Amino acid sequence: MPLDKSIKSVLIIGSGPIIIGQAAEFDYAGSQACKALKEEGLRVILVNSNPATIMTDLNMADSTYLEPLNVNSLEKIIDKERPDGLLPTLGGQTGLNLAVELSEKGILDKYGVKLLGTSLSAIKQAEDREMFKDLMQKIGEPIAESQIINNLTDAVTFANKTGYPLIIRPAYTMGGLGGGIVNNEEELVTICSLGLKHSRIHQVLIEQSVAGWKEIEYEVMRDANGTCITVCNMENIDPVGIHTGDSIVLAPSQTLCDQEYQMLRTSALKIIDALKIEGGCNVQFALDPYSKNYIIIEVNPRVSRSSALASKATGYPIAKVSAKIAIGLHLDEIQNSVTKKTLACFEPTLDYIVTKIPRWPFDKFTSADRKLGTQMKATGEIMSIDRTIEGSIMKGIRSLEIKVDGPRMPDLDNEETEVLEEMIRRADDRRLFAIFELLRRNYPIGKIVQITKMDIFFVKKFENIILLEKEAAQKLTPDAVAKQNPSDEVKDLVKRLKRCGFADTYLSGIVGVPHLDFRAFRKRCNVIPVYKMVDTCSAEFEAMTPYYYSTYEQEDEVEVSNDVRKMIVLGAGPIRIGQGIEFDYCSVRSVWGLKEENIQSIIINNNPETVSTDFDTSDKLYFEPLNIEDVLNVVEKENPEGVIVQFGGQTAINLAGKLHEAGVKILGSSVQTIDDAENRDKFSQILQRAGVPQAEGRAVYSFEEALGVTNRLGYPVLVRPSYVIGGHAMEIVYNDDELFSYMRFATKISPDHPVLIDKYLLGKEVEVDAICDGTDTFIPGIFEHIERAGVHSGDSMAVYPPTGLSDEEIHIIKRHTIALGKELKTIGLMNVQYVISNGKVYCIEVNPRASRTVPVLSKVTNIPMVKIATKIMSGKTLKELGYNSGLLEIPPYCTIKAPVFSFDKLKMVEPGLGPEMKSTGEVLGIGLNKMDALYNAVTGSGIQVPDSGHILLSVAQKDREELLNFVPKLQNLGYKLSATKGTYEFLQKRGYTDIALAPHPGDGVPNVLDMIRQNCFDIIINIPTKGKNISKLGFKIRRLAVEYKVSCITSFDTTMSILNALDREKSSETVPVCSLNEYLEKFPVKKINP
Amino acid sequence: MNERKKAYLVLEDGSIFEGTAFGSGDYTEGEVVFNTGVTGYQELLTDPSYSGQIVVMTYPQIGNYGYIETDTESRHPFLRGFIVKEAAEFPNNFRSQGTIDAYLKKNNLLGIQGVDTRAITKKIRSRGVMKGFITTNKLPDAKMIELAQNIPDFASHDYVMDATTESEYVIDGSGKNIGVVDFGIKQSIIRNLQARGHKLTVMRADVTADYVLQKGFDLIILSNGPGDPKQTTYGIELVKGLLGKIPIGGICLGHQILSLALGLDTFKLKFGHRGANHPVKNLLTGKVTITSQNHGYAVKNENIPDNVEITHINLNDFTIQGIRCTDKKICSVQFHPEAGPGPHDSEYIFDDFLKLCE
Repeated sequence: MPLDKSIKSVLIIGSGPIIIGQAAEFDYAGSQACKALKEEGLRVILVNSNPATIMTDLNMADSTYLEPLNVNSLEKIIDKERPDGLLPTLGGQTGLNLAVELSEKGILDKYGVKLLGTSLSAIKQAEDREMFKDLMQKIGEPIAESQIINNLTDAVTFANKTGYPLIIRPAYTMGGLGGGIVNNEEELVTICSLGLKHSRIHQVLIEQSVAGWKEIEYEVMRDANGTCITVCNMENIDPVGIHTGDSIVLAPSQTLCDQEYQMLRTSALKIIDALKIEGGCNVQFALDPYSKNYIIIEVNPRVSRSSALASKATGYPIAKVSAKIAIGLHLDEIQNSVTKKTLACFEPTLDYIVTKIPRWPFDKFTSADRKLGTQMKATGEIMSIDRTIEGSIMKGIRSLEIKVDGPRMPDLDNEETEVLEEMIRRADDRRLFAIFELLRRNYPIGKIVQITKMDIFFVKKFENIILLEKEAAQKLTPDAVAKQNPSDEVKDLVKRLKRCGFADTYLSGIVGVPHLDFRAFRKRCNVIPVYKMVDTCSAEFEAMTPYYYSTYEQEDEVEVSNDVRKMIVLGAGPIRIGQGIEFDYCSVRSVWGLKEENIQSIIINNNPETVSTDFDTSDKLYFEPLNIEDVLNVVEKENPEGVIVQFGGQTAINLAGKLHEAGVKILGSSVQTIDDAENRDKFSQILQRAGVPQAEGRAVYSFEEALGVTNRLGYPVLVRPSYVIGGHAMEIVYNDDELFSYMRFATKISPDHPVLIDKYLLGKEVEVDAICDGTDTFIPGIFEHIERAGVHSGDSMAVYPPTGLSDEEIHIIKRHTIALGKELKTIGLMNVQYVISNGKVYCIEVNPRASRTVPVLSKVTNIPMVKIATKIMSGKTLKELGYNSGLLEIPPYCTIKAPVFSFDKLKMVEPGLGPEMKSTGEVLGIGLNKMDALYNAVTGSGIQVPDSGHILLSVAQKDREELLNFVPKLQNLGYKLSATKGTYEFLQKRGYTDIALAPHPGDGVPNVLDMIRQNCFDIIINIPTKGKNISKLGFKIRRLAVEYKVSCITSFDTTMSILNALDREKSSETVPVCSLNEYLEKFPVKKINP
Repeated sequence: MNERKKAYLVLEDGSIFEGTAFGSGDYTEGEVVFNTGVTGYQELLTDPSYSGQIVVMTYPQIGNYGYIETDTESRHPFLRGFIVKEAAEFPNNFRSQGTIDAYLKKNNLLGIQGVDTRAITKKIRSRGVMKGFITTNKLPDAKMIELAQNIPDFASHDYVMDATTESEYVIDGSGKNIGVVDFGIKQSIIRNLQARGHKLTVMRADVTADYVLQKGFDLIILSNGPGDPKQTTYGIELVKGLLGKIPIGGICLGHQILSLALGLDTFKLKFGHRGANHPVKNLLTGKVTITSQNHGYAVKNENIPDNVEITHINLNDFTIQGIRCTDKKICSVQFHPEAGPGPHDSEYIFDDFLKLCE
């Protein structure tokens, strides 16, 4: 029982949409917290605007609100639910900031809500630089020379006193947003002014730089009784200077001797004791590599990305234990859920090496600045486990899914040594591969250490990898590999290669034989992986955790059960643009479905942030790369009925063919179905047979071929490579030049697959998620996109149920979808995208797998789509499960999904929307009518639209006629309008003479860019001309808007939605809050209309 | 890279592990135990409490920061052999003096690497600590197993006499006058007492009570040390002669000897406690600290005399970790408050010792 008997219900605030710096780790933390509190018999109320999460699944909390995360809606929820306590430290910086705001505004006091866990004053003391500095001085813990500044003059004065380099850190931001290292006054002024802008309290810390020191982190816990423990420590391979979220990190620390380890550990515990933390906390240190001097970089008084990593690295559930501490339990009153015998009060000790490597979005944002620094840029991360450092890093590399499966990035093969040198000097995200390539060229190790400031211990490990690669290239000849009985020397080499983490696919490439041939050879060498357990205690105690990793040693610890049905579910790997948390939701729900069918569930995944990699989610967890070799190894070990690939995004789907080739059964839609949907010609035939119209187009392999197609179709055309996700590299092409450069680019990223060229149909886009059993197709719902075709579906706002479709159109969509399900022989989930152009419904594409919208649709219809699909894959039919072909009747409420972007973290990325996906996350707005839903979606997505102020208009020539629909409305709403030259002249001609001119640079002072910098505008409506030329003024306007936090809208459809939301806000009636549970109660009977 | 010589670890239960040798020598035998600490191998190698033992490190990468002579706990290594998954060939730390291989060579110690240390640990966990040897000369399996089974029992030797100081010495200080009985003391104990400014007289383990009492100490500290406490009969006699006459503090073996003198019993643990992550609850304050531990024997929680109070317990297996005897001004702990290696959270114990003579 909780010690605090006055607490009977608890409000948990989630972290909202996925953005850079705040990813799936908080879904994991929040889900654990929900479970932990319910275990203690408490009522849990959850608020999170992110519909793709597991935590917002109805099974998790007692009452779930998919409402905007702001004070306004939270006050309404508190008023309605009257929780006894609020748990603020599990929802990332978003949740924490909200809790602070709720408290500061007196709302918590007003409703008598107790803040649980770490106190607000402790949070402030940890987060407010000045207070933190005072506390550290008081307890004698060292921090860098620093000063808090609120203006530029003070910054310059400080710099003149201490000298450069200096680090700039804005207060109250996440992911180091707006910070950076500066080397001179010019850089100082630029970065400081941005930092001040980004900080919630307009405060920036400027401090002495310890760039180049070792960066070490400790994950620590403390309970109300003052008992403190360390869960894990971690060492960044990248020294101080690169954000820890962008660093390659190993756990435990590798280069610290016991004295150094204990010195920092003692310091961390002293700090959390002084802060009186109650729960988990992260302390970051910089340690001088040449002395025992250290400084504290920062303290995060909450669960974080690092704590999720530490939890997965050790098996110690930090979020769960934090939640229990928050309701009053002591560490020695909480059970260790791994051993079930010992208590949560101990320190895990590892007998393996964990590597974390960040996953960056630069494959999608090719124009982005790839330099890493104090501002985090990664969207996700992977974790890998092995018994050697080399093996752990190499497994990590192939978990990233960046088309690299070993220590070689083919793009760098032909780069000049000077270019590689520059890459490691400026800490490009490819620096690890640049180091490998330099080592391959016998570049001096000492110089690498000097440039990168990495510990030579690590660089030597990298060298071991390259030396072994060279040995392999020399000795593993096709002849040697073909031998039935390989020599002892060769066997020994293969064993050393595998212990060093080399993938079969990589080695087969070196030898020049097919992967499966090499695999057979490796087995002839008797080199087969064993699986070891993650047990928190280095085997000292017997553990029950079914949590395994592979390595090449003697003993295998997995107990394989042979008398049960079992299936493998492939996860989705690291979070990236286009493949987010939604697939983790699907994987987890699939596991739950298997449990209901009494089928043993086995998950393979490598993303440490997720719920799917929690050791108690599935019956067995293999923390492994999602590479064909690693998956085949698990399949051979476990011998399951088959592998489920349709919930792991494109990662899993891409493995289907290779698994099939190796003789593994793919559950659900067959490889044939997957191929029929991807292959342009086959797909056209399917559509024809199903009687579904398609935009004209063809698959082509060369520019000449492509030109032939466009000559026939005319421009514009939509071009995309096949077999990719998230509209990767999808573009609208307007002329031959663009087509030429596109084809050259596309054949590079996907050389084995053709490029698809379609006539670009302008119209309304619609997407459908359906569940099929091969005969019947059940459609839970249709999403209608708000932005017209041409904006990627993941970046569009989407409405369910659709409000702008005729009954006839809905009927046709239903008919087409059912026909497609049958014709494609789909088993499981299917996502179909349509465009309605001139009254005709065209099919754009079909994906025989879970889509981004599945979690949303499942929640708002209360149809457990993934569970049904999983049961169908295990052999049931829709009819047996109580469903039939047809479309679910629509609910009496409206839901709108809105995208959320992270442009502010990525310099030089085009914020304008197009056919390639750019959003990192999404929110859902629900309401009893469309206006309420829209209001919730817009405010939930964080778009700030003041109801009066100054709007800048800058619209491409072809779209200016349409602008005329908006100008009177904006003026009536009371906005002051300015426009850039072309737009201004156009509006003048049309009689709008009361609009001001914002001059182009060079045409007047201040020019439009100055005006943005000076905060003249509250909103910018910029409808871009197409094309990728980033030197254009439009691009500069959009980037500046992002950097200066001005809402920038790049489509008329979005503009209209936002204006409608504004209208709603202005109406006298407030938008009510309503839990998902309450909405669903309004929709009890679910009829399927055939 | 050195040409690696094959080596074998043979355990009395019949298991044989093949790896490669490092350090020097071709044969070593002893009691095989495991330690779960990630850092601190230098301190561990020179901790006299490991006398007669071959230590398996559960953490797979050992030697990453090289060897650092200033971090040693005694005059030379006392353990018999070292078993690791991988001994770092290229260590780095600004204080590093060379590889772990070089250190073992320097001290004529044999190690084996490249073996599945987790598998070995699991065997010890289920069978208990075992006799075993490392050799570079392969014999027929049956012969090697027979040899392992014929290794003399660990408890048959008095390791304290090997480990204790050759002659008494004094470390000057201005505070209390403390007599330290060296059963195989770790330097960290001396450093901790020294840091508090006290005068220390470090005596041999076989001193008599009369000798000690005539020195006029304010406090006696019984140090850690190797082996079965019941073997240390002279130690038990010594303490019996001191009980009630002078305040006494004890650590590890010192704690066990003190317990035996007070009439408690000791027993051999199945596989001991060796590591830096053991939770110990202070029953007087309710607070838990993470401690450094290294012991194969423990005090039995049976027939506790009325004047003895249990003050600390291990939260993993609830064994006794500390006692006190208020009427006789005595307190002692099973774990290592001096750390070296391990957490420094329990340094308050030294203050508790000193309070005995206030």
